Amino acid sequence: MWQRGVWLKPAVFLASLAPAAALAYMLLGGRLGVNPIERLTDETGELALRFLILSLAASPLRYVLSRTWPLKLRRMLGLFAFFYALLHVLIWSVLDLQVDIAAMWDDLLRRPYIFAGFIAFAILSCLAATSTRGIARRMKHRWTILHRWVYIAAAAAIVHYVWLVKGDRLEPFVYLAALALLYLYRFKRLLSA
Amino acid sequence: MRDWMKLAGISPDEITDKAVFEKRRQLMRASVAAGVGGFIGGGVTSASAAPLSGDIIKTDWTTDEEHTSFDAATSYNNFYELGTAKEDPKRHARRLKTEPWSVRVEGACEKPGTYTLEDILKPHAIEERVYRLRCVEAWSMVIPWNGFALADLLKRFEPTSAAKYVAFETVVQDDLPGVRRNVLDWPYREGLRIDEAMHPLSFMAIGMYGEHMPNQNGAPIRLVVPWKYGYKSIKSVVTIRFQEETPETSWNLSQPSEYGFFSNVNPDRSHPRWSQAKERRLAGDSGGLSALFTPKIDTRFMNGYAEEVAGLYAGMDLQKFH
Ligand code: HEM
Repeated sequence: MWQRGVWLKPAVFLASLAPAAALAYMLLGGRLGVNPIERLTDETGELALRFLILSLAASPLRYVLSRTWPLKLRRMLGLFAFFYALLHVLIWSVLDLQVDIAAMWDDLLRRPYIFAGFIAFAILSCLAATSTRGIARRMKHRWTILHRWVYIAAAAAIVHYVWLVKGDRLEPFVYLAALALLYLYRFKRLLSA
Repeated sequence: MRDWMKLAGISPDEITDKAVFEKRRQLMRASVAAGVGGFIGGGVTSASAAPLSGDIIKTDWTTDEEHTSFDAATSYNNFYELGTAKEDPKRHARRLKTEPWSVRVEGACEKPGTYTLEDILKPHAIEERVYRLRCVEAWSMVIPWNGFALADLLKRFEPTSAAKYVAFETVVQDDLPGVRRNVLDWPYREGLRIDEAMHPLSFMAIGMYGEHMPNQNGAPIRLVVPWKYGYKSIKSVVTIRFQEETPETSWNLSQPSEYGFFSNVNPDRSHPRWSQAKERRLAGDSGGLSALFTPKIDTRFMNGYAEEVAGLYAGMDLQKFH
C-alpha cells in the first residue's frame, strides 16, 4: 500500500501553504513594514503568478525529466495560483478599497492594469471551478479547450504586472521570459505532434 | 475649462498673498532674533540619527495632524538611485557619499558658481515646517522638515529676468545600485516655474525631526514642495539652474502622459495607475492589525495648500497643465 512518492503531494501542499503562513506570521508580528496592505497585495500577486508559471511548467517538465510526477502536481499548483490570486483580490477589494464598489468599478474601467488583472482572475476562477475530475469527465474535450485558457490567464497576469510597475521593469520581464519559454515549448510540441 | 478655484472654495479676490505674507514676516523676525546657529556640518553618512545643532525656529507652517514616525519616514522611501523597493534607500543609505558636498548654480543669474554646502547654509536660520507629503502612489505622510525657504536661497544668486524656471538635479554617483541599473535616465531632474520656486511654501530641507537629513531622505539638502506630488521634491541636490525654457523632469521624460510638469496634487485628475481621490496616511504605528482596517482619507486639492498657492495657477486649465 505504501507506494513510492505517496508523500509528494502532501509535501508540495504544505510547501505551497508556507508563504501564506509566513505572511500571516509577519502580519501578526507587525513586521510587514510601513504599508502592510501594499506589501500583502504585492506578495500575494507575486505568489499567484509564480504558482501559475509553476503549474504551466509541469507538462514540459514531464518530458524533460521523463517522469510523470510533475503532472500529478499540476492541478494542485494551479489551484494554489487561484488561492493566492483570490487572497490578492480580497486584499485589494476589502482592505485597500474597503468594499467601495464605485471605487472598484472606477479602477476596473479606468486603469488598464487592473483590467488585465481582472481578466486573469476571471479565467483562473473558471478553471478552479471546473477543476474536479468529475467535471472534467463530463465536459470531455471541451474541458481540455477551456483549460488551455490558462495560457491567456498567465499572459494577462504578466501584462498586469508590466503595466503596474513604475520605472523598473526587470522583474516582470523575468516572468515574461519564463512564460515565453513555456509558450515556445508548447508550440513546438503542437507542431511536431 | 474647469474652474478649480470654485471647486476649492476660493474666490479670486481672496488670493492675496496676505496670509502668506504675514507668516513670512513673523518668521523673519523670529529668525533675526534667533541668530544664525551652527547648522553647518553636512549630511550624516551613517543611517543613524544625528541631531541638528543650534536653534530650530518653530513656524506657523504646521498642522495638527498626527506626525508620521521618524522610523516610518526613514524606512519607506522612493529614492531610485538607491534602489526601487521602498526599503532599498534605507538599506543602501551608507553608499551615498555626502561629504564633501557642493551645489553648482548656473544659468540666468548674476552669481553663478560652485558653492560648498557651508556657503549654501551659512546665512540661513533653520526653521521647522510640518508639511503633508503626498506621493503619486496614493500614500502620504506628515513630516516636520528643518531648513529654510527656497526663495531665500535663490534670491542670493540674483536671478535675471530670463529666469522663468528653475531646474534641479540630483547627484549621480556611479556605484549606487539604482544608478548602475539605469532605472531612469540619470541624473534625476526636476523643475519649478520661478513663481512656484519663490513661493514661501517651497522649502529647502537639510534635516527632519530635528535630525540631520538621513541619506535615504535626500541628504544633505533637498527640496520640499508640499502641494505637488512627492517626486517633485527632488533629493540630494547638486545643481540649480535658472533658465528660460521649461526644464526636463525625470518622470515626465519617462512617461509623459502620466507625469506632467506641474504635478500638483489633484484628486479630480485621475492617473492611469492610481486613482488620486484618496490616499493612505502612513503614520508609522504599524503594529498589529489595526493598520489593515484603517480607511484611506480623501485627498485634498493641492494637498490642502490650495489657499496658499491659488494665485500661481489662476486661469490655468489644470487638467491640461497637470
Ligand atoms: C481583479 C483582479 C486583480 C486586481 C484588482 C489586482 C490588483 C492589483 C494591485 C492593486 C496591485 C498593486 C499595484 C501597485 O503596487 O501599485 C497588484 C499587483 C500585482 N498583481 Fe494583481 N490584481 C488582480 C489580479 C491578479 C492576478 C490574477 C495575478 C496573478 C496571477 C496578479 C498578479 C500581480 C502581481 C505579480 C503584482 C505585482 C506585485 C509586485 O509589485 O511585486 N494580479 N495587483
